[in-house]
Amino acid sequence: MMHTTPFHDRTSALNETGLWNHWAGHLSANRYQISDKFEYFAVRNAAGIFDTSPLFKYRIAGADAERFLSGILARDVRACPPQQAQYTTWLDERGFVLEDGVVQHRARDDYLLTAAEPNYAYLADRVGRLRVSIEDVSLHIGALAIQGPRSRDLLARLVPAVTEVPFFGITTGTIGSRPVTVSRTGYTGDLGYEIWVETPDALTVWDALWDAVEGYGVLPYGLAALRMLRIEAGLLLLAVDFDSSRFAFNDAHRSTPIELGWSWMFKGLADDDRSFIGRCALLREMSEKTSRWRMAGLVVDWEDYDRVYRAAGLIPPKEHTPVHEDWMVYDDERQRVGFATSFMYSPILQRHIALARVRPDLAKVGTRVHLEFTVDHHYQQVAAHVARLPLYNPERKMA
Amino acid sequence: MWRGCHSITQNERWRDMDRYDAIVIGGGHNGLVNGAYLARGGLKTLILERRRLVGGAAITEELRPGFWFTTFSYALSLLRPQIIHELELTKQGFLPLLMPNRFAPMDDGDYLLFTRDHDENLREIARHSRHDADAYEQYSHDLDMVCQAIKPLLDTVPPDIFSDDPEELVALAALGSHLRKLDRRTLHNAVRLLTGSAADFLDDYFESDILKGYLASTSIIGSNVGPRSQGSGLVLLFHSLGEHDGEFGTWAFHKGGNGGFTQVLARAAQAFGAEIRLEAPVVRVLTRDGEATGVALEDGTEIGADVVVSGLDPRRTFLELVDPRELPDDLVEEIRRLKFRGVSSKVNFALDGLPRYPGLGDRGDIFRGFTNIGPSIDYLEHAFDEAKYGWYSQSPYIDAAIQSTIDPDMAPPSKHVLSCFVQYTPYELRESDWDAERQRMADQVQATLERYFPRFADLILQREVQTPLDIERTVGLSEGNIFAGEFLVPQMFFFRPAPGWSQYRTPIAGYYQCGSGTHPGGCVMGAPGRLAAGQILKDRSRATGD
Repeated sequence: MMHTTPFHDRTSALNETGLWNHWAGHLSANRYQISDKFEYFAVRNAAGIFDTSPLFKYRIAGADAERFLSGILARDVRACPPQQAQYTTWLDERGFVLEDGVVQHRARDDYLLTAAEPNYAYLADRVGRLRVSIEDVSLHIGALAIQGPRSRDLLARLVPAVTEVPFFGITTGTIGSRPVTVSRTGYTGDLGYEIWVETPDALTVWDALWDAVEGYGVLPYGLAALRMLRIEAGLLLLAVDFDSSRFAFNDAHRSTPIELGWSWMFKGLADDDRSFIGRCALLREMSEKTSRWRMAGLVVDWEDYDRVYRAAGLIPPKEHTPVHEDWMVYDDERQRVGFATSFMYSPILQRHIALARVRPDLAKVGTRVHLEFTVDHHYQQVAAHVARLPLYNPERKMA
Repeated sequence: MWRGCHSITQNERWRDMDRYDAIVIGGGHNGLVNGAYLARGGLKTLILERRRLVGGAAITEELRPGFWFTTFSYALSLLRPQIIHELELTKQGFLPLLMPNRFAPMDDGDYLLFTRDHDENLREIARHSRHDADAYEQYSHDLDMVCQAIKPLLDTVPPDIFSDDPEELVALAALGSHLRKLDRRTLHNAVRLLTGSAADFLDDYFESDILKGYLASTSIIGSNVGPRSQGSGLVLLFHSLGEHDGEFGTWAFHKGGNGGFTQVLARAAQAFGAEIRLEAPVVRVLTRDGEATGVALEDGTEIGADVVVSGLDPRRTFLELVDPRELPDDLVEEIRRLKFRGVSSKVNFALDGLPRYPGLGDRGDIFRGFTNIGPSIDYLEHAFDEAKYGWYSQSPYIDAAIQSTIDPDMAPPSKHVLSCFVQYTPYELRESDWDAERQRMADQVQATLERYFPRFADLILQREVQTPLDIERTVGLSEGNIFAGEFLVPQMFFFRPAPGWSQYRTPIAGYYQCGSGTHPGGCVMGAPGRLAAGQILKDRSRATGD
């Protein structure tokens, strides 16, 4: 029997399709109503609510919590003061990515780390003699994301402090008179927040939130819409865009954070003396420029795309459902120079887009490449250009 | 006096600065598209709009605080995708929102409800006719094949079949070759649609009244035809040529309505350097020796330009903006007999809540898309009967859309705006006029809605009516025809707006046309504006020998 999230009584009442996905051992709605695209538009044009409870969550507390995390996480957690959150990654000693996640610095010596995969043993095994406790609170905390242009105004009716919370900031408040933590984070690349609540309070919080948004065009959205939103937002998905080094059989399935486009996490690395797992390898990769790839956004040339289909007498498909497969990327000389891992038609950009890794020398914005897929059972290549990530980046996200 | 003047007085220099390469008359969607392309092509371009806002018939107005009405045009489908890309509209906020459902209530309380689930839709049709569920697959495919065949014509200047110019002969040969490549079934279906009635075409596939009524509704939109009239097939085909994100025949609601869309176009035009002047009505195109030299505004201002483009309908373009004496008699005669005969009205409502359809309990999601009041071909044809004899339908066809269910910014929380496109309401009424009948017609619309949605009247906060006469007065479309000239075979393609003048030029050098009265026609398509700009830029590069 699959677990259900603390909000399941409400989400199951809303799920008109009766279909569920499995996510981290929980039932998770793929879509609530027939059109996932309609849910997507609710997020981009009004607001949507997503039950993100299945995330793994670890409470890391104690006098040495910061010291501990500084040694585990590759991004400098010391730069994350209380009431702030930080997108981060952790590496193996060869500098390959194990995982990414968000760490919340909730209070002095008190952190919450979220992750897509189980990490309890990994963390607990590395505590050593530090004064730090690791607690798997995955099932103790429910989480709801409210994302979209209306999210701030609507949430402020319940937690007024959110109007002052900066991008990746954290605040606390009450919803339905139950205590909540609110972080200005999400997986949509839009203005948005995540609400963290103790499991017994989950339904009360859901009901109060739902009452507050009634009549404002807010929809619950499922994994299908989320997968669209995150590609536009340039947010990577574990086991789709990259794999954990821990379970890879060879280095082709491993990635360094530089290869995944996260070099911005390591500005000033040379000047800090922090010792963390993977540091030496990371410094070596940066100085010797040994990265094999760079993460790049690709925007497909619409004329070339149409041309290929029209030549075959077909209607050029504009399918918003992401394709999560390796598609090869070529240069003008038709040499293989990379691979795309996520591909979709973006309704808001009106273009086919992809998240891809290309050879580092081709990662400059504007570089022309060619994306390969099949039309009528034949390989076809269409022109695309490298574009800055995130491909969709509304001002409101950080405003 | 400003043309070709090289004097260096201060006065003359000012006039020189105020001179444009191109002036576009009318800031409707085609005028904006045209102006944007001309500016993108490097021309110093001025777009002149008579009203206080651009958009023409594609505007959104806050007629009650917090309630935004798509006063006239109300949805998007036929916009050519090239325009989105070439004018970089997404940078300016282009956002076509999905309308996931389509709802057609019936007189007996039953309904036809289409969602985004194909299999569910077939099951829904099968509730009415098992035969039609299968036939619907064939119909959709056949129609898609015809659309695929016809669509390239929307992006092509019609060849001049009366010309011996080798370039035109090549274009004509290309057209012939395109048609030759079509399979027999598709070509035959195309001809059946272009020349026949929608009812005949649909009868060949279906038996269910509700399905046929629903599908036939698109065959009458904006046109003085019933579903059994020859020519309704063409209107059906035309409305199937649109797409939303690659899906043929589907419609979207632009963020902020079609007014939101034309604001996007205006920003795009400005981003390319075009200037837009509001409340600047043009009364006359200035000409000298058979060449356009500029325009005169109502306030007497004269502005010079090498190119003048009319985005107005053919009647205004040829008979009002210029003196018909400057034009060949044949052309004047052809424009005079061009058919307009507007039959469509809008009745828009501000609502206190969602209507309720008894057969579906309290489901509000049924309104996330068009609601089609036209339950059978008979219903539509009866509605047309009254129009034939100069009166408005007592049980009108209504294409309703509660747009606030798609874009919540259109109305305050839990309130709604309802756009009702209504037919038939002929421009010419027998022994009465629209100033006398406007509210009575709207009462009929309201009563019709009340029949399907009991207690509808209780929800009404405000009602706003636009008859063909109002469309003509406000927007300037002759006889309130929403396509700037009816969709009739003799008024399409080679012949739109007149034989020999389908390539956006006019007999006056430097004077062009870019409105919906030119090929390919009306709807918020933008193709006339785009194709006209292509001709203008091509003519200019030829003239300068580039």
